[in-house]
Amino acid sequence: MDSTPDTQPSVPAPSAAARTVLEGPDIARALTRIAHEIVERAKGADDVVLLGIPTRGVFLARRLADKLREITELPLPVGSLDITMYRDDLRLRPARALARTDIPGEGVDGRLVVLVDDVLFSGRTIRAALDALGDIGRPRAVQLAVLVDRGHRELPIRADYVGKNIPTSLRETVKVQLTEEDGRDGVLLGVREPAPSGER
Amino acid sequence: MSQTQRTLIRGAHVLGGAPGDVLIDGGAIAEVGTGLPAEGARVIDAAGLVLLPGLVDLHTHLREPGREDSETVLTGTRAAAAGGFTAVHAMANTFPVADTAGVVEQVWRLGRESGYCDVQPVGAVTVGLEGKQLAELGAMHDSAAGVVVFSDDGKCVDDAVIMRRALEYVKAFDGVIAQHAQEPRLTEGAQMNEGVVSAELGLTGWPAVAEEAIIARDVLLAAHVGSRVHVCHLSTAGSVELVRWAKSKGWNVTAEVTPHHLLLTDDLVRSYDPVFKVNPPLRTEADVLALREALADGTIDCVATDHAPHPHEDKDCEWGAAAMGMIGLETALSVVQHAMVDTGLLDWAAVADRMSARPAAIGRLAGHGRPIAPGEPANLTLVDPAHRAVVEPTAFVSRSRNTPYRGLELPGRVVHTFLRGRATVLDGELA
Amino acid sequence: MKRHLISATDLTRDDAVLILDTAEELARVADRPIKKLPTLRGRTVVNLFFEDSTRTRISFEAAAKRLSADVINFSAKGSSVSKGESLKDTALTLEAMGADAVVIRHHDSGAPHRLATSDWIGGCVVNAGDGTHEHPTQALLDAFTLRRRLTEGPNGGVGGDLEGRRVTIVGDILHSRVARSNLHLLTTLGAEVTVVAPPTLLPIGVAHWPCAVSYDLDSVLSKSDAVMMLRVQRERMNAAYFPTEREYARRYGLDGDRMARMPEHAVVMHPGPMNRGMEITAEVADSPRCTAVEQVSGGVSVRMAVLYLLLGGAGPADTTPADTTRSDENGQPA
Repeated sequence: MDSTPDTQPSVPAPSAAARTVLEGPDIARALTRIAHEIVERAKGADDVVLLGIPTRGVFLARRLADKLREITELPLPVGSLDITMYRDDLRLRPARALARTDIPGEGVDGRLVVLVDDVLFSGRTIRAALDALGDIGRPRAVQLAVLVDRGHRELPIRADYVGKNIPTSLRETVKVQLTEEDGRDGVLLGVREPAPSGER
Repeated sequence: MSQTQRTLIRGAHVLGGAPGDVLIDGGAIAEVGTGLPAEGARVIDAAGLVLLPGLVDLHTHLREPGREDSETVLTGTRAAAAGGFTAVHAMANTFPVADTAGVVEQVWRLGRESGYCDVQPVGAVTVGLEGKQLAELGAMHDSAAGVVVFSDDGKCVDDAVIMRRALEYVKAFDGVIAQHAQEPRLTEGAQMNEGVVSAELGLTGWPAVAEEAIIARDVLLAAHVGSRVHVCHLSTAGSVELVRWAKSKGWNVTAEVTPHHLLLTDDLVRSYDPVFKVNPPLRTEADVLALREALADGTIDCVATDHAPHPHEDKDCEWGAAAMGMIGLETALSVVQHAMVDTGLLDWAAVADRMSARPAAIGRLAGHGRPIAPGEPANLTLVDPAHRAVVEPTAFVSRSRNTPYRGLELPGRVVHTFLRGRATVLDGELA
Repeated sequence: MKRHLISATDLTRDDAVLILDTAEELARVADRPIKKLPTLRGRTVVNLFFEDSTRTRISFEAAAKRLSADVINFSAKGSSVSKGESLKDTALTLEAMGADAVVIRHHDSGAPHRLATSDWIGGCVVNAGDGTHEHPTQALLDAFTLRRRLTEGPNGGVGGDLEGRRVTIVGDILHSRVARSNLHLLTTLGAEVTVVAPPTLLPIGVAHWPCAVSYDLDSVLSKSDAVMMLRVQRERMNAAYFPTEREYARRYGLDGDRMARMPEHAVVMHPGPMNRGMEITAEVADSPRCTAVEQVSGGVSVRMAVLYLLLGGAGPADTTPADTTRSDENGQPA
């Protein structure tokens, strides 16, 4: 892939040289497949609660819920789970704004919670999400659905449902774009510029 | 301290005028002229320096006896000499209060022993500064200290009858009552000037009227009993108007202003730094401008430092708990140059008048504030007006450091001070 | 955001909205079975109270504990050392104990400012009320309550400010730190403030404040979206600020008749504790239009938000306009 000069603006913008690895229809197909897998593994999905991790995980969770409803013809509880307060890298950056945590009225106790996120990388976000979830209730089981698994895990965490595995190097960035947030659907692979000093 | 000898000051701008020489012989000025011979005399090259009569401060807190942790007569007079002063009036609010002949004589004697600067004690008007019973004003006057100026400074003589009696009583020996004008009820718990800034900061206000009401009363009382009153540290435009009015009536009223009230405003309190906490409080810019104008036109007779040393811990705290007051002896001349001379409001001859001649006259100090002329006492100050320096409190001679000017660049430097012909400051160093 | 919260003027509009939005999220934690977040684990918050205020102290204490901070309560009232020595020496002690934040209530205006600008401590300072100066978290929780009450729709005003809202503050403006902080914060958030008091209880200099001033409560009631009644201490009567309680209540107290003249949507606020029969009648205090209880419950959330935004990261939250979305949802390998 094209190399990117070090002078590009800081995160998050993928450089112009970023390469689209998934287009909108690819994303839709991946979500449809995940929805079917959930129904299959959850035996009907009647106790499933989908919790998206903000920002883009929430939109993915809602899309998954729509697809599951098409399959099961049952409304499926969907919510969001902000993990900011549980992050292990809080002290590496200025305090961050919180995103919405919205647990469906049914709660999570005794249910199968499927966490939904856009990219699975180090696994630290999911670790934080599991902690956050533990403070909210006691699910029967927790599963993880991600659109992209780019590898490089730093914790013993794996996804139950993966839209696409994209092997990457640590220098690369994976950027998921969704219409709801970014105006278009796509997954871009770019090259990370060096971390600004003071932020590692 | 160097021995008294013949000294030739060469090429000084006498009162800011043309360069000239002054020959000092013993304790007096022997000759003033140009091209005076140097033979047998120590020569001071005074090119570029302004020669002034030794400065006189009507309002100094030397803190001894009682608060020697903040200043002593010795440290305070050393600071005075460093600031170009040859005489200071030591305020009476010591512990014990200078309300007896014994205490004023003690302070007077300590001043004589220090040798850096004449110390003229101020006597308390009332016993213990309590405002209730007249102190033995006559005994203090008759003592070795020869007290002429009486003041309860720090507290106002707020009882109108006591004030009237004091004014009347000191007529017998040409005394003067120096009033700290502060109506006590209007200033209960007061922390700073009452106005826009106090409203914002939530600090209890100190209204201008609390000062002005007392001044109005006292000038009327002085007129009524035919005595003279001196108003300490004028701080408001309204006070200026009252003094101007009293003088226009021909009444025997004099007034002083501090250097800090000529320069600083209550905006500085926004920092809540207690170094800006002072009594009377810093006022507004309009007040500062009125005070400068009044000093220039002579409505205000003189500059007085209200040098008020406090130990570090009394200022290294929150505003409400902090002591009021600022030191000022070592910065007074620089601040006056900055606020009055460099702004064109006063020339150096007028500075000599406001900082030496007039305060000496008010205090009836015979040997100070005299013209620079043959036969006069050689109390002289040489200042370098071109010098500029950033105020660094640790460089002060005073035992205290509570200056509001830290970090401020000010003009002027006292290079030499002579007390009756003897150098107390030579080349900027205490002799 | 600045490192310390001393005055409501320390906050920009974006800072204030961020605090309110964060408080909204944190308020939801209070509805969970586990009302605790791990965020400030290992951080020490000291409540340094030189003045009795059980309400404010327990509010800050609850806020810090819900964020898992270690909380030390230091009540300096009645200490025998002189006031000045005690603030500095106490501060040095707290510094030695490793305080990450000092929440200070002090009887002297400016004491928190002094603490923050001195070199006595390194942690951040949160003003919990100083003299007659400011009480910024009270203003934040008032704004929090107001935004909720005055904004239609399910979102409760999240992301928004108080643009164009008319708030009337009534009572002892002169001695009120609540009034000063509210004036600044509400103005920052776009509200129009009117202060109402007898002239004796308005500071000299009030004309320079960014608000309207009135001596007549009745004339402003119908033009108010919220009327904030301040506690008036009965002792003020003895210093001749007003003649009698009865006269004060008649001219400046809020009763049912006056409340009826407020617009239908308008609310009555009170920072507490209330002087029933003085500035507010029981009828008004107990009416559903009075938000006094909500103000208290919002207080914990707002204080959690402040502590989190000041202490939760490597530094205070960054509200300069920039991207705040997470680019790479799974973070960066550290």
